[in-house]
Amino acid sequence: MKKLGTLLLACVLSLSLVGCGNSETNQGESTKANVSGKVVLEGSTSMEKLMNALKEAIREDYPELSLEPQFTGSGSGIKAVASGKVDIGNSSRALTDEEKAQGIEENVVALDGIAMITEKSNTVKNLTKQQLADIYTGKIKNWKEVGGADQKIVVVGREAASGTRGAFEEILDIKDKCQYANELNETGAVVAKVQETKGAIGYVSLDIVEDSKDKVNTLQLDGITASESTILDGSYQLQRPFVMATKGKIEEQSEQVQAVFNFINSEKGQAVIKQVKLIIPQK
Amino acid sequence: MERSMLSILAHHKSKSTVEKAAAIILKGCAIVSIIAVLSITAYMFISGTPALFKVGLTDILFGQVWAPTATHPEYGILYIILTSILGVFLAIGIAVPIGLLTAINLSEIASKRVRKVVKSAIELLAGIPSVVYGLLGILIINPLMYQLELFIFKDSLTHQFTGGSNLISAILVLAIMILPTLINISETALKTVPDDYRKSSLALGASQIQTIFKVVLPAAKNGIMSAIVLGVGRAIGEAMAILLVAGNSVNIPLPFHSVRFLTTAIVTEMSYASGLHREVLFTIGLILFIFIICINLVLTYILTRGDQHE
Repeated sequence: MKKLGTLLLACVLSLSLVGCGNSETNQGESTKANVSGKVVLEGSTSMEKLMNALKEAIREDYPELSLEPQFTGSGSGIKAVASGKVDIGNSSRALTDEEKAQGIEENVVALDGIAMITEKSNTVKNLTKQQLADIYTGKIKNWKEVGGADQKIVVVGREAASGTRGAFEEILDIKDKCQYANELNETGAVVAKVQETKGAIGYVSLDIVEDSKDKVNTLQLDGITASESTILDGSYQLQRPFVMATKGKIEEQSEQVQAVFNFINSEKGQAVIKQVKLIIPQK
Repeated sequence: MERSMLSILAHHKSKSTVEKAAAIILKGCAIVSIIAVLSITAYMFISGTPALFKVGLTDILFGQVWAPTATHPEYGILYIILTSILGVFLAIGIAVPIGLLTAINLSEIASKRVRKVVKSAIELLAGIPSVVYGLLGILIINPLMYQLELFIFKDSLTHQFTGGSNLISAILVLAIMILPTLINISETALKTVPDDYRKSSLALGASQIQTIFKVVLPAAKNGIMSAIVLGVGRAIGEAMAILLVAGNSVNIPLPFHSVRFLTTAIVTEMSYASGLHREVLFTIGLILFIFIICINLVLTYILTRGDQHE
């Protein structure tokens, strides 16, 4: 009965498209609808938002295809895909050479960028990676130690399970060593707190920077401004890739897995990535 | 018109049906709330206890490190519990004198016009959503606290600056929030003291202030106690306002430390938490729930003791 319905839908679609004379699109539509089954994914908790958004959106193009993501952490996701337990392993870091040697393919689907913000009157415009790590671990407590005014530093961050915090601590290699004076559970709250508090520093996802540049300063890291272009060329360091790893190339994967990647590369898929505030990598 | 309506004035048969139906509906409504309480209790215990066994009771209750997402996660909530207890009691300590004196003023001293103005102000205070208190805390109390912090710890090399988001800010916000509860209930309690008491006392030559503090207040003691207990209940369950002003880092509850309460511990991390971390958050919920139950038991005790006296 369901198949009949799909067939009927395909007929209607093809009828409606006769006028356009675009038979290729027509064919694409019907194969899309035909892919059915499930794809099991496991890995990074930071990719939860992206996965859930994809899971929702993919139904529009592939109503019969369901994604089943689990969030256990990047490392275990890659292990799971290497052992063949799952179809796709999610990782919010680049794969190591060892992992690549096992035949795991690193498919970067998105980039995640983090910007550092300070209060408007702060004169410090640039920090090195090391200085930033020292500020967040509590070794540097005053802006004058990094070339600013004699002003105490108020360290603002996100709550423990936040993806932004995870990324920030992972990239700077200060996981679980940070000493926060404020743990807020929203990006907006971080911006507000930094804006209100002299001497405050905070991290936010990159997409928020453009909207809040009147309220807070954005710091350069090692002399490089945070922007989409510096993230894409890799010069800005506070970034990480979102990898959907497969065992072997995408072309060798099952029809379902290929459908997932086809969807991600389609216009709708890219819109989903933008919608969850990520940057689309250059192909 | 009257005959066609289903009314208690109708025939005996339809009358008794109405009576029975009404009784069933009333019972049903009463049962709904009992079911709600029972299912919430059951649910809190079912979802809150597994983590206690997985992590260990003492590790949760007396552990001092809260690092749920670390490679070796630790789920100690001792500081969180202490913060909640200390914060609430200090807030009560500030709010009770103010609230009680306001209530005395309203019920014993104030003229009708003053009473009307103050009363409507308090009602307004009670109606303000808690998040608005939080916003006011961010705008007014936090900057003031930050000035104070900069002044006090000017030369300190070890103090971590919080930008004013600290225990004091949270206590001040809580104190303001529980004022309406305190004032309204203690005022009602004072009002129920029979006028004969006051008149007798005045007739014996006591001044008005003597009458209030020696006669009326002791007579209204139980009502005032229940006002305080309800205030504690409201303060310990408050999350939104203190989420905005307390800073939310897990620290020893000292005045200028950024602190996390039981409620905010759940609110901040619930959305992203998974696995054991999530279960521990439910355990925190359970602990909060047990606190509230204890407070209610105390309240019931006070009220029944009051009945026995009369």
